[in-house]
Amino acid sequence: MEALPNTADAGMTRPRLIDDPRDLLRHFLGQGYRILAPQERDGVIDPAPLTEPEALPRGRVDDQGPGHYRLRDGDPDRWFDYVVGPSGWKAWLYPARRKLWSAERTDDRLTFRDATTAWPKTVLFGVRPCELAAIARQRRIFAEGPYVDTAFAERLERSIIVVVQCARSAPTCFCASMDTGPRAVAGYDLALTELPADHGAAFLVESASQAGDDVLHTLGGATARPRDHAAALDLSRAAAARQTRTMPDDIAGGLKLRLESPVWADIASRCLTCGNCTLACPTCFCSDVEEVSDLSGDHAERWQLWDSCFNSDFSFIHGGPVRSSPAARYRQWMTHKLSYWHDQFGSSGCVGCGRCITWCPVGIDLVAEADRLMAEGTD
Amino acid sequence: MARPKLAVWKFASCDGCQLSILDCEDELLAIADRIDIAYFPEASSRMAPGPYDLSLVEGSITTADDVARIKDIRDQSRTLVAIGACATAGGIQALRNTADVAEWTRLVYPRPEYIETLATSTAIADHVRVDLELHGCPVSKAQLVELVTAVLAGRRPQIPSAVQCVECKRHGTPCVMVSHGTPCLGPVTRAGCGNLCPSVGRGCYGCFGPVEGANTDALAAQFRRLGLPEAAQRALYGGVTCAAPAFAAARGRHD
Repeated sequence: MEALPNTADAGMTRPRLIDDPRDLLRHFLGQGYRILAPQERDGVIDPAPLTEPEALPRGRVDDQGPGHYRLRDGDPDRWFDYVVGPSGWKAWLYPARRKLWSAERTDDRLTFRDATTAWPKTVLFGVRPCELAAIARQRRIFAEGPYVDTAFAERLERSIIVVVQCARSAPTCFCASMDTGPRAVAGYDLALTELPADHGAAFLVESASQAGDDVLHTLGGATARPRDHAAALDLSRAAAARQTRTMPDDIAGGLKLRLESPVWADIASRCLTCGNCTLACPTCFCSDVEEVSDLSGDHAERWQLWDSCFNSDFSFIHGGPVRSSPAARYRQWMTHKLSYWHDQFGSSGCVGCGRCITWCPVGIDLVAEADRLMAEGTD
Repeated sequence: MARPKLAVWKFASCDGCQLSILDCEDELLAIADRIDIAYFPEASSRMAPGPYDLSLVEGSITTADDVARIKDIRDQSRTLVAIGACATAGGIQALRNTADVAEWTRLVYPRPEYIETLATSTAIADHVRVDLELHGCPVSKAQLVELVTAVLAGRRPQIPSAVQCVECKRHGTPCVMVSHGTPCLGPVTRAGCGNLCPSVGRGCYGCFGPVEGANTDALAAQFRRLGLPEAAQRALYGGVTCAAPAFAAARGRHD
C-alpha cells in the first residue's frame, strides 16, 4: 500500500480527543440532523436512521469470508470493530427504486411532475474509508460528469460525512491494495479513529472541512497530541498488514490481454449469474427504467431501478442479448470494474471492500479469480 | 368501442390464482368497468359464449378431456395467458411425472377404477400456443393488474424476468444463504412474488419457477458446502414448479 500520510494537517482545526462517539451523535441530533448510522438488523450491520445513540452496535464483530457473513460478540467496550455490511451507503445515496416522474392526461393535455423527494440535512455516520472512496467514485459519475443526476448530487451536498477509520480488517478486505484504506485522508467532514484501550483516550477526531471544523469547535475535548496521531497511524498500518487479499498490481492492463482466457468459462461454471456481486458493489451504478400506467391510462409513472449486467435482459437488443453466455457476463463485470473503468472514469471501479466476495451466494472470490487469470498466459 | 371480453378457465389447480383475481379488490371494479367479464364461473354464474379477447388459464393438463378442452379454448381466444405454477409448469401435481401414477391412484382413492387420468401433469404451453405466462403460486396480483392494464392500453406488459436475488437486493433483504446459511432457491428462481420468503428470513421455494439460465449445478455445490443432504436438495426442487425443465433436471440429479 501507499505510505500513510500524516493527517495532522488535513483539517483546518486541530484534531481533538473525545471519549464517547455518542457525544457526536447527540450533537448532530440536537442540531436537527437526520443521522444514518450502522445498526444491527436481520443479522447484519448496515446504515439506517438513528434516533437513539445507544443503537450503535457496540461490541459486535462481523465474521466474513467467501459467501459467508455472521455477527458475533467481540470486545464489549469496542464501538467499531465490525467493517462493512451488505447494502452500505449506496442504498441511501442511490436508492434501489426511485420514482423519477409522473404524468397525468387531462383532455388533450399531458402534465409531467418531477417526483424527486426532498433529502433532509443528513449525517452519514460511520462511513468506512473504502466506502468514502466508493461515494467519491459514484459522485464523479453522477455529479461531476457531463450528465448530472441532480437528486444524487443534492443528497451529497446536504450530507455531512463522518468517517470511522478501520482498526480491524475482515478476511475479505483488500482496500490496502486498492489504495482506498484502511485510513481515509481526505474527502470527509470528520473522521474518528477508535484508539486502543490502553491508549488513555478513546477517539481521535479529525476534520477535513469547514463543517467538520464547526463541529470540532462546538464539541470541545482535549487537543490531540503527536502520540495520539502516532497511535492512530499505527492502528491503520496494523489493519492494513492484517489484510490477506491483494489485488494484482497489473490487473487493469493484464485483463485486456486475457479476454479469451479459459478461466472465464471456469468461473462461469461456478457462477449463478444472480448479480449479487454487482448489487452489493458500492460503485456499481447500472439501472433500468420502467414505465407504469394505471387502468385508466390517464396516469403514468417512470421508475428507476437497480439493474445488473448479469441479468439476461440487460444487454438485450433487437435479436437477442449481446452477452448471452454467463462467461461473457462475468467477463464484462470484472473487466469493466477492474480495467475499463480506468479508461472511462480515471480510476479503478473497485475499492477493495470485499462485498462481492462475501455476498456471492457461492463464494466466488474476485481477488482469487484475478490471481488465476493473471497466472494464466496472455491470449 | 366494445369492451374486451375476458374469460377465466380452470384446469387441475387449487383455484388460488383465480382467487388472486378476485383479490384485486381495489382495482376489480375499475377492471369490470373496462372489461366484459364474459366467462368466469368462479365469480359469476353468467357464462357468455366466445370468442374471447383475453383468456386467463389456471391449472395443468392432467386428463384426456383437458387436452381437448384447452385446444377448444385456444381456438376461441385471441390472447391466451397461462397463469400460475400449475398452468406454466404443471404444479405440485406434476410430482406424478416421476412416479407410478397407477400405484398412487390405488393409494389415494378408495375406488381407483373411477379415476381416468394421464400419467403426467403438464403446462398449458405443452399443448397449445401461449401468448404470455404469469408465474407464481399464486400469481402476483400486481402482475395480473399490469397484464390487464397493458391489454387495455395495447402495450406489452412489464413482467419481471430477473432473478430473485435482484429483488432481495432491491428490498435490502440480507442474503439468507450468506448471513445464516439457509438453503435458498433464489439464485435460480425468477423474481415476481414481491420477496415474500427471504424478507422473513426463509429461503426461496422457487414458486415462480427457474430463471432463464438457472445454474443449479453451481447452487448444488454451495448446498453441499453448507452441509445440505442430497435428499434435502431433492426436496427443495420438489415444490410447485418441480416439473419446470431446469428444476426437474436438478431434482433428477439428486436421486
